[in-house]
Amino acid sequence: MSINFIYPEYEVVRNEKRCIKCRACERQCANEVHSYDQEFDCMEAQESQCVDCQRCVTLCPTNALKIVKTNNRYRENANWQQQTMEEIFRQADTGGVLLSSMGTPKDYPNYFDKILINASQVTNPPIDPLREPMESKVFLGKKLNKLEFDENDELLSEIPPQIELEMPIMFSAMSYGSISENAHKSLARAATELGICYNTGEGGLNQDLYQYGANTIVQVASGRFGVHRDYLNAGAAIEIKMGQGAKPGIGGHLPGKKIQEKVSRTRMIPVGVDAISPAPHHDIYSIEDLRQLIFSLKEATNYKKPVIVKIAAVHNVAAIASGIARSGADIISIDGFRGGTGAAPTRIRDNVGIPIELALAAVDQRLRDEKIRNDVSIVVGGSIRNSADVVKAIALGADAVYIGTAALLALGCHLCRTCHTGKCNWGIATQREDLVKRLNPDIGSRRLVNLVSAWNHEIMEMMGGMGINSIEALKGNRLMLRGIGMSAKELEIFGIAHAGE
Amino acid sequence: MLKKEGEIRIPSGCAISGIINKTGECSINGSSIVKSIAHMHDRSNGLGGGFAGYGIYPEYADQYAFHVFYEDMTAREETERYLDRYFEMVNLSRIPTRKHPRIKDEPQIWRYFVNPIFTLLQEEQEEIDEKQFIVETVFHINTFIKGAYIFSSGKNMGVFKAVGFPEDVGEFYRLEEYDAYSWTAHGRYPTNTPGWWGGAHPFALLDYSIVHNGEISSYDANRRFIEMFDYKCNLQTDTEVITYIIDYLNRKQGLNYENIAKIIAAPFWEEIKRMPEAEAKRITLFRNTFASLLITGPFSIILGFNGGFMALNDRLKLRSMVTGEKDNIVYIASEECAIRAICPDIENIWAPQGGEPIIVRVNR
Amino acid sequence: MKRVYVNEEWCLGCHLCEIQCAFANSGETDMVKAFNNSEKKPISRITVEDGADDIHFAVSCRHCDTPWCVKGCITGALTVNDNGVVQIDETRCVGCRTCILMCPYGCLTVGHNKTLLKCELCVENAGGEPSCVQRCPNNAIVFEDRDGVL
Repeated sequence: MSINFIYPEYEVVRNEKRCIKCRACERQCANEVHSYDQEFDCMEAQESQCVDCQRCVTLCPTNALKIVKTNNRYRENANWQQQTMEEIFRQADTGGVLLSSMGTPKDYPNYFDKILINASQVTNPPIDPLREPMESKVFLGKKLNKLEFDENDELLSEIPPQIELEMPIMFSAMSYGSISENAHKSLARAATELGICYNTGEGGLNQDLYQYGANTIVQVASGRFGVHRDYLNAGAAIEIKMGQGAKPGIGGHLPGKKIQEKVSRTRMIPVGVDAISPAPHHDIYSIEDLRQLIFSLKEATNYKKPVIVKIAAVHNVAAIASGIARSGADIISIDGFRGGTGAAPTRIRDNVGIPIELALAAVDQRLRDEKIRNDVSIVVGGSIRNSADVVKAIALGADAVYIGTAALLALGCHLCRTCHTGKCNWGIATQREDLVKRLNPDIGSRRLVNLVSAWNHEIMEMMGGMGINSIEALKGNRLMLRGIGMSAKELEIFGIAHAGE
Repeated sequence: MLKKEGEIRIPSGCAISGIINKTGECSINGSSIVKSIAHMHDRSNGLGGGFAGYGIYPEYADQYAFHVFYEDMTAREETERYLDRYFEMVNLSRIPTRKHPRIKDEPQIWRYFVNPIFTLLQEEQEEIDEKQFIVETVFHINTFIKGAYIFSSGKNMGVFKAVGFPEDVGEFYRLEEYDAYSWTAHGRYPTNTPGWWGGAHPFALLDYSIVHNGEISSYDANRRFIEMFDYKCNLQTDTEVITYIIDYLNRKQGLNYENIAKIIAAPFWEEIKRMPEAEAKRITLFRNTFASLLITGPFSIILGFNGGFMALNDRLKLRSMVTGEKDNIVYIASEECAIRAICPDIENIWAPQGGEPIIVRVNR
Repeated sequence: MKRVYVNEEWCLGCHLCEIQCAFANSGETDMVKAFNNSEKKPISRITVEDGADDIHFAVSCRHCDTPWCVKGCITGALTVNDNGVVQIDETRCVGCRTCILMCPYGCLTVGHNKTLLKCELCVENAGGEPSCVQRCPNNAIVFEDRDGVL
């Protein structure tokens, strides 16, 4: 055995005075960090296993625990930082591609934080949402450019299928398999209660969840897992997943150990076999192929379901979106590069794609320039962190947003970013039954409902401040935004003025 | 240096007034509307006033009447060259004005009564109908000919506007020399403009004219949507975008004014829930299809058109607006005093609810 | 009556209910003190049984309608109060353990002073919801009226 170069990243700090040796930490840690030493009557910690998921910390009844980042430092410098060196040690050890989970932790500019929102003063009254009506309902789908009526004023035009949302927020695609059944149940129930949609991701739809169909978006990805006629017809809409913000150009890989009986049945693949989604759809090598898939799905569902095409935000996203808008899609969803993932190659996650703010601004403007903005709705995701991000995204031109990471945080996720190990102590990104049961959907769905309702209240407050009393008047209303600390080029892309202008 | 309309967005508060004779008889002299708006002097700040009169050009009722501001001779020459190419000019002249101590820096103000030359039209732009052609001409001249600005382009109607208090503007344009079946008026209270003649209200396109009091919060959402349909919001004012929205919904979508009101000042979802099913379905469809044409924030507008006008408040009624009636004449104004000033024994005076359109059509 | 029920679907086997129960009945206001400051650790009246296949189930007194423990009690220390709660009077208990033998659920245990220790639904301390119910991290323990179902 060679030397282990890597020093444990975290230290378990236990206040011995407060520890009552109840061993809850030991029982709750799937990484087997904690153990009880009979001889010395004390708790021990195997720190190299710790991923800082905070499960033990939150459950410790006496607050005797904390996890801190080790202050053991290599001789790092500005160019060769500890993380960089560690990754090299790791690859030298294993010869493998580095894997990571969740969105990139790198310090790229977050443009949402460089955008400020307007409010009314004097010339226009702010509106108090507690006293006046304030509306956040949105419809997603293609809008007709002309409504035709007959001589009796009866509508002749056929209205394309729409998704109706009580607020402009949806839960983004996270597959059954990558997350647990209880996580899915929590999302489905919360979406139903909130009048919004959650998204199955590419792993098919568990039989027990068909009852939430009206609030479900079913996804069709390159692996085609769990896709059949009933599945396609089960939801409110169908999403074709072409790419994912965290790993543009890369497929998916769900390890066989996560494919237990129920996941296997839902995905329609054997137990224990790796589920591999190819990087491309092998029947879509170009835009005209995409059109065929869109219409195949529409045929299969009798033109009753809007079709969403989800793409990763990449450099030429505006042109791609324009192509998609002309291919029969009803909704385009764009996933920014800070978006989460159950597992992605680290280098891809941290270096490929562009921030969602820029992609959104470019796509919305491009579709308007081409006069086809009405043909599609735009949904954006990829690190929408709070209600202000939602307001800014909508003012930039989005119809609605997807939240994934924020939803998981509501369920208990502490962003330890080790989903790929399958040992999620919070019962979210795991299929181990003893861990899955840690997430009680009664609690999970309530927390999600709380979160999204809270955001919706805040969105209404901000809209009221702007003197806007319905969300449609916020959509694309870039005059309500100002940049702060942005270059002229950045402002130009966002189509907004600088603060003070 | 202060930026003028078109270079920056300028919010403003205002006064509006409107009079219409339901019989369609051109019985209302311009001096009445001037008197009415003058009573709301304090709602303007001298940076803009204007009027729109309908039925004022009976002798040229079939021609489009272009009212144009020119900053210099070159602009006029270039514009006339352009008009000459596409239009038959039936009459052209300066618009008669009188010297006024408080109206300064006036541009050259010209009026043209024109017919589009159809042979030319068909050759060059087969599919464009006449009105669309007029709209494009107006956009072309206002966008590309420096120093020229067409501020009125309808048939048998005309807009008169200037920088100044509205009562002074009325005197300046000698409005007592015009009789109309319908007048609207506007006094402007902009917050930060040097005052530009073209930026005064009413704003007009074809025979639609708008006077507006308020500051809409949905401006950029509305603007960015309507610009997809070949409108150019050069002035960046609320009135301009509202005019385009109405032109789009009425002329291009073929929707009547009742429906237009339901789109731009849409009923709340709570109200829609309580409507009969068919009505609820229809309004829902409107709110969905024309979501980006919902106008929020305070506004009261009077939309003039050939044969009538429509007054409308925002759906929360954030601006004052009252209406009353007497002997076939309907009055609408920001304040009751402006009505009583010209009709002391007004009857049925009331304040319409937010989002409730007052549509008056003349019998002809 | 309202009873404590456990849903094994959600019971994680974290045993925190035991800690909370023991603390709630310890008379201390600080948990660290309750556990670390005395020779004798407080004893819980609820016990999590850990079975094979990751089945966990917290067991506590069912407060039976006709409790055998009360029938078997040789000193009258066990009684049913007006609310149906089976209570123990420590001063009368002689520690004969007949009740423990009688209990079909195995819910009863003995305290440090050799007298019977049993769940009294926290009527003697916090009040309101039993502590195990309040503090269960996964809502596996609930306090509900299920029409007499034990």
